[in-house]
Amino acid sequence: MQKIPSSAITPEGLYLSRRAFLGAAGALSAAALLTACGGGTYVSPEVLEQEAAGLTDELGAPVNSFQAITTYNNYYEFTTDKQGVARLAANFQTSPWELEVSGLVNKPRVFALEDLLAFEQEERIYRLRCVEAWSMVIPWLGLPLHRLLALVEPRPEAKYVRFETVYRPEEMPGQKDRFYPWPYVEGLRLDEAMHDLTLLATGLYGQTLTAQSGAPVRLVVPWKYGFKSIKAIVKIELVDTMPTSLWMALAPNEYGFYANVNPEVAHPRWSQASERRIGEQGRRPTLMFNGYEDQVAALYQNLDLRVNY
Amino acid sequence: MVTIGALLPLGLIFFDAMTGRLSVNPIQDLILRTGKPALVLLIASLACTPLNLLFGWKWIMAARKPLGLYSFGYIVLHLFLFVVVDYSLDLGLISQAVREKRYVLAGMAAFLLLVPLALTSNGAAMRKLGRWWRRLHRLVYLAAILAVLHYLWLAKVIREPVIFGVILLVLLALRLPIIRRALLRRT
Repeated sequence: MQKIPSSAITPEGLYLSRRAFLGAAGALSAAALLTACGGGTYVSPEVLEQEAAGLTDELGAPVNSFQAITTYNNYYEFTTDKQGVARLAANFQTSPWELEVSGLVNKPRVFALEDLLAFEQEERIYRLRCVEAWSMVIPWLGLPLHRLLALVEPRPEAKYVRFETVYRPEEMPGQKDRFYPWPYVEGLRLDEAMHDLTLLATGLYGQTLTAQSGAPVRLVVPWKYGFKSIKAIVKIELVDTMPTSLWMALAPNEYGFYANVNPEVAHPRWSQASERRIGEQGRRPTLMFNGYEDQVAALYQNLDLRVNY
Repeated sequence: MVTIGALLPLGLIFFDAMTGRLSVNPIQDLILRTGKPALVLLIASLACTPLNLLFGWKWIMAARKPLGLYSFGYIVLHLFLFVVVDYSLDLGLISQAVREKRYVLAGMAAFLLLVPLALTSNGAAMRKLGRWWRRLHRLVYLAAILAVLHYLWLAKVIREPVIFGVILLVLLALRLPIIRRALLRRT
């Protein structure tokens, strides 16, 4: 008998409130926990902001407001207007959802959203650096990708991981634009994908991820430019050759496979030496590997980062 | 009419700023929203002569100067936002940006070319410069090309700057003596 994911049978209200509860529990935030247990399916931005007061990344920078994070972002499947994403994504169906993990693995598997949420969800406060030279600090909730990959057992010949976003032009108006080779595709080297910083995010601010932020499941690779962190993933494939991302296909001279944050390598269009942190005045210097140099520099020891941008 | 059209984008910026409609990255909004009108107005000022040539709209020739000057006004605002508001006059970072970003270089060059044109956009300068005035003001063609390159090189999606570029090339082509003569013969 075919197994039916519970998101397909649970009424949405109930399902969402359970998600809020799980999210809050994951965030270990007493206030959010109380709110969620009180039966609410929704924690107001004000409450979230209060809880987040004092929350910082490991370098001491405060997290950005829930409002800023969810009203200003790139998501070309909806629109190229960063402020327009939230409105256009409002009716995007994120449940039921299936994520297929296949390719060069011993145990290919389709994960329902519930399966992903059954993993312990960790809160990770990461800097997000957009290639357009603005940045935010975001409290994500999710599971390290290596825990998922371990379950499917990558075979020795697997060298890269290819990710693919859902293709649903009727719900994602930006996908009707033939200028882009949809669906969105991204890739990581297997060792990058296995790195503990690499997160499959399912939540934000201790809550279920909202549609505009890539719900129900997205990648977060904090030492790379934001566009590597692909949203609304339906397929993860282990492969032996370097995947071609959407941006590589569109402009190979501008977007490389690696896309590591690097203040010394200017994008053909943009200098990457400094950035505008949302919510701050002026600019801050951009850090090598977005400040995660200690954790990830070893991955690139034998690589010329100017050539492999 | 030119004044209303030219000041509308500025009015909308103020309205959005006052009513909290700018994004959480307001500097970016302001820079983009002063740059676009600057380019549109510059191209509009270059459209007057061909439109007169094609359709005999003599009245439109009077719009060239205000369109050009309003464009320059937006450019000054645009540059002020970049140099002072965004980069806080940090000359190190600014010079790095000029060196690393070819679009900044193109934009700066366009601005520098337009400064003498704005300064000589009055009757006294016209009389004083005589036929040199015409020659000097041909720099606007180069400045417009640089302005479109500035946009083309900074845009992630090049469709819109390409459209601007095509319009500009058509407007410039219509000024070529061969085409101009053919059009004049026709009428």
